[in-house]
Amino acid sequence: MKTIILKTASRYLLPLLLLFSVFILLRGHYLPGGGFVGGLVAAISFVLHAFANGLSNTRLLLKYHPRILIPIGLGLSLLSGFVPMLFGEPFMKGLWFPEPLPVIGMVGSALFFDIGVYFVVIGVTLTILFTISETTQLEE
Amino acid sequence: MLLAVLSGFLVAASLLFPGRPLKGKGAVLLTLLPAGLFIYFCSLLPQAAAGERLFFHYPWVPAMGVNFDFWLDGLSMVFCLLITGIGTLIFFYASSYLKGHPYLDRFLGYLSMFMSAMLGLVLSDNVISLFVFWELTSITSFFLIGFNNDSEASRKSSMLALAITGGGGFFLMAGLVLMGTVAGSYSVQEMIAGNALMKNHALYGVICFLVCAGAFTKSAQFPFHFWLPGAMKAPTPVSAYLHSATMVKAGVYLLARLTPVLGNHPYWSLTLMITGGFTMVYAAVHSLFRTDLKSILAYSTISALGMLVFLTGVGTGEAFTAMAVFVLVHALYKASLFLVTGVIDHETGIRDVTRLSGLQKVLLPVAVAGVLAALSGGGIPLTFGFIGKDLIYEATMRAGNAGLLTAAALLTNILLLYAGFVAGIKPFTGRLSEAFQDVHLPPLSMWLPPLLLAVAGVVLGLFPGVLDVPVVGPVVTAMQGTAEGIHLHIWHGFNFTLLLSAVTLVAGVGFYLLRKPTHKAELTIGRLGFISPQRLITGAARGVIRFSDWFTILFQNGYLRVYLQYIVLFLTVLLGIRYLGEGRPEISVSQFSEITVYEGVVSGVILLAILVTILTSSRLTAIASLSVVGYCICLLFVFYSAPDLAMTQFTIDTLTVVLFVLVLFKLPAFTKISTTAVKVRDMVMAVAFGTLITIIALEVLEEPVNKEISRYYAENAYVLAKGKNVVNVILVDFRGLDTMVEITVLTIAAIGVFSLLKLKINPAEKE
Repeated sequence: MKTIILKTASRYLLPLLLLFSVFILLRGHYLPGGGFVGGLVAAISFVLHAFANGLSNTRLLLKYHPRILIPIGLGLSLLSGFVPMLFGEPFMKGLWFPEPLPVIGMVGSALFFDIGVYFVVIGVTLTILFTISETTQLEE
Repeated sequence: MLLAVLSGFLVAASLLFPGRPLKGKGAVLLTLLPAGLFIYFCSLLPQAAAGERLFFHYPWVPAMGVNFDFWLDGLSMVFCLLITGIGTLIFFYASSYLKGHPYLDRFLGYLSMFMSAMLGLVLSDNVISLFVFWELTSITSFFLIGFNNDSEASRKSSMLALAITGGGGFFLMAGLVLMGTVAGSYSVQEMIAGNALMKNHALYGVICFLVCAGAFTKSAQFPFHFWLPGAMKAPTPVSAYLHSATMVKAGVYLLARLTPVLGNHPYWSLTLMITGGFTMVYAAVHSLFRTDLKSILAYSTISALGMLVFLTGVGTGEAFTAMAVFVLVHALYKASLFLVTGVIDHETGIRDVTRLSGLQKVLLPVAVAGVLAALSGGGIPLTFGFIGKDLIYEATMRAGNAGLLTAAALLTNILLLYAGFVAGIKPFTGRLSEAFQDVHLPPLSMWLPPLLLAVAGVVLGLFPGVLDVPVVGPVVTAMQGTAEGIHLHIWHGFNFTLLLSAVTLVAGVGFYLLRKPTHKAELTIGRLGFISPQRLITGAARGVIRFSDWFTILFQNGYLRVYLQYIVLFLTVLLGIRYLGEGRPEISVSQFSEITVYEGVVSGVILLAILVTILTSSRLTAIASLSVVGYCICLLFVFYSAPDLAMTQFTIDTLTVVLFVLVLFKLPAFTKISTTAVKVRDMVMAVAFGTLITIIALEVLEEPVNKEISRYYAENAYVLAKGKNVVNVILVDFRGLDTMVEITVLTIAAIGVFSLLKLKINPAEKE
């Protein structure tokens, strides 16, 4: 499916979709959205790129294998759970900065937790999809 | 105290770092650990002897009544002293015995972990922590017995030991939990206080059975005794430590510890007396038919353990005294004999008693140790063993059914004397054969420990008075509450006991002089192997393995469709039975809200898409129509105001289609494999399952909904978690831990896919 239209479109769609996924991630606290859906949308954006340009090009674009996102995300989520313990609160107790930041909104431990989820979902989805498609291509 | 108990684990963990130095000369430094612990327990001895309550409380899971409560009374004190005292000598000995072994540090690490586990076991007041340490001794002894892991026999016997003791552990756990439930507390002290409740409880018999099963497997009682001779594959220091003083005595300790709780009841006494009595005679007779030194010692150990269990079962004050003394006697002489055997094996490479003779000319200090230990083990006057044997006869003669019990004890003692002499004296007497001319004495660290132990056995025999108040008395107190009139004497006067001792001596020594162990006898007993408990129990175990093979292949045959069939069928049958049994569920159609146009259209599309999926002969079409179903469901979510769900479902569906398309290329051309009969069967199953799920869904609507939880979330989402999207707040805050676990599961799934497809561990096997 290496059509010129899709190729060109994917070049612009990739950043757009990624931005959109971050948007979904951030608005999750007040409106429908969140880390899980955001991660899936981000994963889809890369899958779309892979469809248009071939998997090897997407891998080149990514530089690193997406699987490294999994430990990063898991670690971030876990750490965000531990941070409240530094302040003498129980594990995973929500902590928030008093004032909202511009654009991002309220920042708190739950947000970092959600960002961790976001990374894990991207990592897992892309690892599974890339692995399967690489294996099928190799054996052909 | 907690530090004292866990120090072995800490030391073992720290062994990871120094590496090389500890494999060589530095290894002997580790002896400081048991030695330090021995001094520590000795320093507590006066307090314990004075009847002071030494109780150490460390909370672990207090909400469930599970704590590290250490209780140092007379009984635990004896065992602590044995574990650390003999442990010191074993560490010292092992650092020479295994000198130059590449894994010497690992060995000492296992050994210190084992020692810690044993200490925890004998000190625990809480039966749950007792059980944890109990299992730890099984596991660490597994590593010790299988230390020579390049030999198959060694691996097999360690597996056998683990299987038997671990299997017994299951029984013990059930027994201890039951005891805790009946007594309302997991503390042994509180159980003792409420022991009347336990004895009159309907479950007493069951508890008794379970606890005994655990203790008998650990202490190698008939019919579970066979793991112990097998465990002789271990390096000799291990045999000496595990089988003289520690591991196998754990079962005896447990029985003694629980005697105040469960004892004084016919079930308990009879079980212990019959099993112990039979084991002691059976194993003593068996030891006649062995020629391997360690084998002889193994069977005589089993016999001695049987004696201890038997004495615990007799249950009188005399019996408890005899038991306390015999634990010490046996630990001293048996550890010494094992170490002597180790020296012989190390220096000559031979353990066959028919080929060993005259070694006293080259191994004099070892010979002294062997002879003294054999004398004490045989109960020759003026040794500690003599006092032990006297006490045993006194105990059996004053119990009910004295004739039978005394006869059994007499026979066992004669045979034990014989076995001890064969192992401890025979290798050193006679002519030194040519082959052993250049045998030389090992370093001090190898002959001193057995000598010390053997000499201790004689010194204690000369001055038994040093033990009765500080050590033996408190043990008896721990087992029956008081210890009045417990005094150890060398001389009891001319009485029937003395006559029995004399008979034992004369018969045993005479037997030793007349009969020589031969290979012929060993072969004879080998022919009876087909009815031995080992064969029966391992046969049963093999039967279980065959059954589970069959069972696994039945359900786990690798076809996804079969798995799905089983799951669906199981649920359908289960739910179907429930509905058939309880009659028609009540569903009031009249309460349904009216179907809107959107809903109708979407449902129609879903049905159509399903039909296309089933009937099409193109995979791509099937997948596309399946995704139509998915998107339609998303629409339904939107209709019923669940935008979060709809978004997620939408993206997931997209990715699923992508995934399918990726795999699709690999599949062979579409063919129709299923026969009509199979199709009909699948259709029936699908329809039945679908119907049931529909019925359940409709029935759920009838139930009054409990909105308390959802209201709580809705009301508190902003107040407590500063979020307005309740779904997301639940995911990242209220139920954040669930999400944490879910993303971990996702990770595992990714790792699974990746390793299934990418890791080719054995390329030769793949095509």
